[in-house]
Amino acid sequence: MKWFPVLSLLFWMCAVYITGIYLFVGGFLLVRLEVNRTSSCLDALYPGQELERDFCRGQPRFRKAVLLIIDALKIDFARFDPNNTSPRPYENKLPVLDETLSAKPSHSRLYPFRADPPTTTMQRIKGFTTGSLPTFIDVGNNFASSAILEDNLIQQLGQVGKRVVFMGDDTWENLYPKRFHRSLPFPSFNVKDLHTVDNGILQNIYTTLEGDDWDVLVAHFLGVDHCGHRFGPDHPAMADKLTQMDGVIRSVIRRLQNDTLLVVMGDHGMTDTGDHGGESQKETDAAIFIYSPSPLFQQPQNQLEPEVVPQTDLVPTLALLLGIPIPYSSVGQVLLPLFPPHGQSAVGALSQQEALWINAKQVNRFLETYSSMAKDIPPETLSLLRAQFSHLSSEYITAHQKGLLSSPQLTASLQAYLTSVRDTCRATWAKFNPFKMAAGLVILALACATCLLLSELSLTFIRENGALKSSCIAVMLTGVCVAIAQLLAWGYVEVPWCVAGAALSSELLFIWKAYRTRTVTKTGLKKSASCLSVPKLLTPAVLILLLRCASLLSDSYVIAEGRVITFLVFSLAFYIPVYLNWHGYLLPQIYDSPKPSALLSSPALPPSVVRKEVSTLMASLALVIGSLFLSLFFHGCREEQGLCQPSQFLSPLSRMQDDKLKNLHYILSVSALALYTFLLRSWMRNYGNLNASSITVFTANWILPLSSISLGLHWAVSGTPEDSFKNLSELIGLAQLALPRAAYCLLTAGLLLIWLDPLTVFIKSKTSTQNRLASRLPPRYRASIGISPQAELHHLIPQIYQQMRQSLDDGELSGAGEEDGRPAVEAYGLGTVYSAPLLLFCGMLGIGLLLLHPEGMALAFLLVLLEMGAVLYIHASHCLHKHNMKYSGFNVPWTPVVLWALAATQFFHATGHLPTFPSIQWGAAFVGFPDGHTGTVLPASLVILNTFASYILLAVSCPLLLLWPLVCEVRYSRGERACGDEVEDAVMEIRLRESPQQFSSALLQLSARYLFVHGAQVFASVCAAAILRRHLMVWKVFAPKLMFEASAFIVTSLSMLLGVTFVLRIDSAVTQWFKRLVPDASR
Amino acid sequence: MWDQEIRVMGSCHAILAASILLATGLPAVLVPGFSVYGTHLVWIYSVSATVTGVSAAVFWLFGITPPAKKHTVGYKLSRLFRSCLYFFLSCLFFHTVLVLYGAPLIDSALETFSLAVLLTSLTTLRCLCVLGPNIQAWIRVFSRHGAMSVWDTCLQFTVACSLVGAWLGAFPIPLDWDRPWQVWPVSCSFGATFGFLTGLFAAPTWIHYHRKQLTYKCK
Ligand SMILES: [Zn+2]
Ligand SMILES: [Zn+2]
Repeated sequence: MKWFPVLSLLFWMCAVYITGIYLFVGGFLLVRLEVNRTSSCLDALYPGQELERDFCRGQPRFRKAVLLIIDALKIDFARFDPNNTSPRPYENKLPVLDETLSAKPSHSRLYPFRADPPTTTMQRIKGFTTGSLPTFIDVGNNFASSAILEDNLIQQLGQVGKRVVFMGDDTWENLYPKRFHRSLPFPSFNVKDLHTVDNGILQNIYTTLEGDDWDVLVAHFLGVDHCGHRFGPDHPAMADKLTQMDGVIRSVIRRLQNDTLLVVMGDHGMTDTGDHGGESQKETDAAIFIYSPSPLFQQPQNQLEPEVVPQTDLVPTLALLLGIPIPYSSVGQVLLPLFPPHGQSAVGALSQQEALWINAKQVNRFLETYSSMAKDIPPETLSLLRAQFSHLSSEYITAHQKGLLSSPQLTASLQAYLTSVRDTCRATWAKFNPFKMAAGLVILALACATCLLLSELSLTFIRENGALKSSCIAVMLTGVCVAIAQLLAWGYVEVPWCVAGAALSSELLFIWKAYRTRTVTKTGLKKSASCLSVPKLLTPAVLILLLRCASLLSDSYVIAEGRVITFLVFSLAFYIPVYLNWHGYLLPQIYDSPKPSALLSSPALPPSVVRKEVSTLMASLALVIGSLFLSLFFHGCREEQGLCQPSQFLSPLSRMQDDKLKNLHYILSVSALALYTFLLRSWMRNYGNLNASSITVFTANWILPLSSISLGLHWAVSGTPEDSFKNLSELIGLAQLALPRAAYCLLTAGLLLIWLDPLTVFIKSKTSTQNRLASRLPPRYRASIGISPQAELHHLIPQIYQQMRQSLDDGELSGAGEEDGRPAVEAYGLGTVYSAPLLLFCGMLGIGLLLLHPEGMALAFLLVLLEMGAVLYIHASHCLHKHNMKYSGFNVPWTPVVLWALAATQFFHATGHLPTFPSIQWGAAFVGFPDGHTGTVLPASLVILNTFASYILLAVSCPLLLLWPLVCEVRYSRGERACGDEVEDAVMEIRLRESPQQFSSALLQLSARYLFVHGAQVFASVCAAAILRRHLMVWKVFAPKLMFEASAFIVTSLSMLLGVTFVLRIDSAVTQWFKRLVPDASR
Repeated sequence: MWDQEIRVMGSCHAILAASILLATGLPAVLVPGFSVYGTHLVWIYSVSATVTGVSAAVFWLFGITPPAKKHTVGYKLSRLFRSCLYFFLSCLFFHTVLVLYGAPLIDSALETFSLAVLLTSLTTLRCLCVLGPNIQAWIRVFSRHGAMSVWDTCLQFTVACSLVGAWLGAFPIPLDWDRPWQVWPVSCSFGATFGFLTGLFAAPTWIHYHRKQLTYKCK
């Protein structure tokens, strides 16, 4: 068995996939750290160092403010063109803005208001209240809930005692729970509903405005946005909606008092189809209209007027106009036209330079804090900015002392500093990197192709063996070349690009090599045995996989993923009997019709055997269908699924109120666990694997049941209500700590022990007469059935080890078996020498993973086991039917592999998980650690193990697909033996050792196929994220799905490597065992 | 001989297709307030009943239905009774399969059962007409070398097309378009009917073009 090419090729494949994912995700998902500090009134941000006065006590420029947010108010909607005689539905519908601008030029301004991507409402609200540039992942301590903890306007307003009244889109209520003085949220989820939110606001806004219990009023209208999503901007409904908004603005302006500021703005724009989320100018350019009943601006518009107002600038401007500190993480710049030049200001109001200086100091402070926390801002830029600031501050202080604060030069340099800080931050956080995304896509697409080639040409690659050395060198060279090119071009090295170059070159090299070997085989040997052909691939299994990948491109299908995947798996399971029947395997051949040549070559089976096999097959099928159906009862619910009720089994016992129900659930879970353990052990006993005295058998006999028992006890303890046994509370606390930890230790020890000594073979040697003659016979292995009465008693399948391979054979080997019909050595459990330890390993792993789940999931885990078993039996009988009881080549066809891989996703859902962040079961981190953790590695890995439990389980057990047809061989051989045929004896898994090359290639092929199925799904969800990055649901559905799919792939590939390595470990152990046995037997 | 069989099949299928169209069109005239979406169950029953009646009549008239072995009334009655029983059992079977595929278990049992009736009348009924109440023969027909006459091949086509059509019909259901035809079981029954019509058209066409390769063993 060649272990090196198998492992290295698989490892390389995984590495290439992961590189692709890494590149794409690096370009698509931007990560920013949240700074959890808040500005306060006492911050020494006031101009001039000597004046340490309270920042908030001064007289603010405005006492009140009204913020009208019209979702998706594009700048095109707000502009008015009097010459346009035939306006489109969205043009010239807000005449109020133009009328005000021309009638009161010193009271009002209209600017384009540029949003930063991602241009989705939630990120934008976060952006123009915190003044920062929110990304998809803002790493803070509130990952599980959506509430904003970063310093923001609403919090600052609350701190100085201003009453904030909110009405409109309920996203605000989720972001700022309980922060408002009064709030009237309306549901925003239904895009088809154009009027609920707006009408709700209109019923309340005017009475609120006329009343006196508010200081800041925020109203968020959604109608325009929903109208865009539903009909697009170019639709009469949009005209109606904008006209309605025109009326709203008019009425609000009429009701304003002199000390009130009105801001009308959009949070983002929209594309021509009415969507948003991306970074095109149509999506980013919203409108902002500022108005005050008292004069606000210098007229006419002077050269300081900005052309475009970035959305971050609203925060410092509003803060300084309302007299509150600028939120800590804001990177905005005050809107200068709203502040008077030095010397012309009213008492208490800030002048332009003062406002800029406060702003610059705040931004500098944030930059210092952030750069001490995160390292994603390039150090060169950072030091440049620092130098700029220190220069500015000295300049400002001298100017301040001399009283020369009105110098336009200083203003300009302060503005330049603020702009460069914002640009730096934007470059770091708020831009998709299209090159990285494209590179990731290309690498992933090629990786899928490569994986397919690898699976089809596995035998060739195993034969070649030495193909890797040259590619390794080439890959290193490319990586280094890319690094040098970068050094020459930019002066610094970006690691992702080096890795990308290496991965890409290795893929291309591989494809070229595959192409060459293919042509060589074609021309040289005239044999197309290992050729790849497209029609051969178009089986229903691959079709189902394609459907699955296509389903990842639609948000509705991703939301309903649990049902969809069950539907697909069910279809595939249903296809198997149809297929078998089509080929005539299901009915005994009663009528003798002309059979195809493949069937003619071998004797037909007697009807009784066929009937028995068919009934087993049907029972397995029923089991698959039953567990598929039952698994639907363990699903959780997404918030988008309105009428869905999450499964009862998902809530832990301790949270259940009804005692009867609690007991019922407990009994169900414990019996499921017991059945799980029992099934594992009885399978091993059935195949004679529990007779040996090895460590693995000890594990199966003692550690497996013990850990199940401690799991059951743990559930009992954690389900006990806390107040029921007061005097035992200490004991319960101890048990809560000790029981799961005992289970952890037992399982870890068990897994390690299996790894150390995976053999479960029991040898029963007999004194044998020496016979040199027999050793001349060609070596072959034989299994006899039911020779020893003791074996019959225990339902054992004794495997007879008769002769060694010729290389080990000294010619002294005993051939006594040939003479007296009794073998020299009987080895119990040799037939399942590979699958028994692997199954035990997976079973123990399953119990460990179950420990991290709520109790009710024991049933789901039992279903996993049953479905796995049933699929294995179906696959085995399918294989043996197809090859007419002789299983050679060991190739696993696509159908079971796809079934296996889709079952992983199916049980991801059936164990209560969902591809959304709020549905992560954080409780898993506290199993056995009720008091929390000190580090982050352990809880994080526990949560990962919990989330991807099904992926781990199915990936580790994947090699069973290769082994199972061999395990099942014995059933058929019994039947054949019964009818008196002279056929070769069943040797089960030992046959793998007869052709090690084919074993390696089959293992490689199986793993490559499994990787391909998962990789194709990752590729599909990457495509979905890339194509639909402007979709309404991208940050709610597609991006989380991508994250989960990518993490699942990484976990799967690691677990699969683990499983394959374990099989190789068993193989080496078997080799050693044979080596030990040869001298014994020959002595 | 081939041409004649294909012609018989073609005319037979034309009658069936026309009857389905009629079953959709006629109630719209006769029954007030009838619409395919709105009163979908009525449509399903109308189509099922028509297909059942017309196929039974046509197959009997053309003499495709296997002749009874005995000509006693009792045997014929028992045959009829068994056919009805199989029809009902097949409805139950399809209902179970639909539920397993994810149809609502309790909420819209009537809708699910109606679809099962439709599927039965499109598939099982044809088996009954062509092969008689003999499940072994049904299973035999759906294998590669199981078809023993042109009608068996045709049966394979129509049954496969109807089932695949119903399967494909399930795909638009999860989409959030809120169209009337996305309501359970409208799209599935449409899919099944369209599949059936496709099968009716495809079977004679395919047989016509492959008549050289087709060889049947006599029964
Ligand atoms: Zn929005
Ligand atoms: Zn929107």
